[in-house]
Amino acid sequence: MRGVHYAVGGRPIFAGVDVQVRRGRITAIMGPSGTGKTTLLKLITAQIAADRGEVRVFGEDLAALSRGGIYALRKRMGMLFQNGALLTDMDVFENVAFPVREHTDLPEALIHKLVLTKLQAVGLRGAAGLMPGELSGGMARRVALARAIVLDPEVLIYDEPFVGLDPISLGVILRLIKHMNEAPGITSIVVSHDVRELATIADHSYLLSGGRVAAAGPPAQLRASDSAAVQQFMTGSADGPVAFHYPAPDYAAQLFTADE
Amino acid sequence: MNQRGGDGFILEGVRRLGAVTIFLVRLLLECVPALGRPRLLVHQIYNAGARSLIIIMLSGLFVGMVLGLQAFNLLQRFGSEEALGTAAALGLLKELSPVITALLFAGRAGTALTSEIGLMRATDQLTAMEVMAVDPLRHVAAPRFLGGVVAMPLLAVIFSVIGLYGAQLVGVQLMGVDKGVFWSQMQGSVGLHDVTEGVVKSLVFGVACSLIAVHEGYHAEPTAEGVGLATTRTVVASSVITLLLDYVLTAAFL
Repeated sequence: MRGVHYAVGGRPIFAGVDVQVRRGRITAIMGPSGTGKTTLLKLITAQIAADRGEVRVFGEDLAALSRGGIYALRKRMGMLFQNGALLTDMDVFENVAFPVREHTDLPEALIHKLVLTKLQAVGLRGAAGLMPGELSGGMARRVALARAIVLDPEVLIYDEPFVGLDPISLGVILRLIKHMNEAPGITSIVVSHDVRELATIADHSYLLSGGRVAAAGPPAQLRASDSAAVQQFMTGSADGPVAFHYPAPDYAAQLFTADE
Repeated sequence: MNQRGGDGFILEGVRRLGAVTIFLVRLLLECVPALGRPRLLVHQIYNAGARSLIIIMLSGLFVGMVLGLQAFNLLQRFGSEEALGTAAALGLLKELSPVITALLFAGRAGTALTSEIGLMRATDQLTAMEVMAVDPLRHVAAPRFLGGVVAMPLLAVIFSVIGLYGAQLVGVQLMGVDKGVFWSQMQGSVGLHDVTEGVVKSLVFGVACSLIAVHEGYHAEPTAEGVGLATTRTVVASSVITLLLDYVLTAAFL
């Protein structure tokens, strides 16, 4: 991404963001809530278009692609949604088989084997017959991961993969992200605000703040940064460049006005 | 000020109509590949049609019984009770079956369609399909739309049959109209064009109600409140459009 500007209803989300994701590495996109981390993923997957600037995926300019071209590009990506986004009218097996059935003409026997292999990789082969409503949050995310990798994508995108998970599920997801990236040529983009978890797996990271990239580099380098914004985020301070108080009129004046 | 408000209202109405029309064209284009997936289509006909059967049959029976009672009472004043079969058949086939079926369809299947698609939107299922390079319009909206269009005339026919049985139950069994006269009068004066009118109406209502339900669900705000509002809009819009279209079609068939 180069010089990307994006605004919603006149409110700027990005004001000149530059992000480069290298092949075969795990890149973390971090930042406080509301800084546009998920918006960045939407730009990469062409769900939305940048107002200005350039977004290139696999070397192709997304703005120049037709709908068919974008769909062809998306077939080379796999995305894990925050809540899993499993199709609720299908069981686990059919959810994982869904992209295969849609995009290939593989015989049923081969689809069966392929899906079981992917479910085995996320440890949920035994849950193939369960419906999404019967899964825990961590299990749903693992099924969604199996679905994301079923067509062996070149890029795996994770949107807040650690949110709301218990320590065991979190450890499992962390291990899986690391494991998935070990396949040759796989590139991973992880969007999250869980600094500690990301530090254990990310090769490179970007910290978004105020519509720009506030810092970039390996997580250890970010932790050593002397920037106040970076330090506030990395240490989790309540006050700093991102203020504790939402902008408001003078406190005392407002209290007196209320009395009157 | 009022003038400006009025203009805004009209403009918004035109904008919405345009948006729905474009959506319908895209939906119709996606219906062709959807026809190639009979399993998906049959599932949606079952959802929209078979699951509405009980309410349609019960309503048909009661509407037929009321029609039998009212028509008998009216015809008796003119000494023409033997025309009860004709009155019931024409009333049901041409008007009551298509209209009431459409209203019930909007309340039962239409709301289910809107809330289902709306919740799919709210839980990122439609976005997930998009990112998997699967067009949700083709996979989710088109089969549901087609299912509704196919189910509506079938439901209306079932409504008519049960309604006629209800009218016969009251007219013949309860009020004592001769059974032979009841059926022969009906057979003699109801033509194919009367049946066609009812079927065409229910087909048009099927397109309108299914389109509204799918459109509202597809464009629902991805929140609990948004899905609730979309469901309400489905019932209100479907009911009003059904009654409006009924007048237009009745005038066209006269």
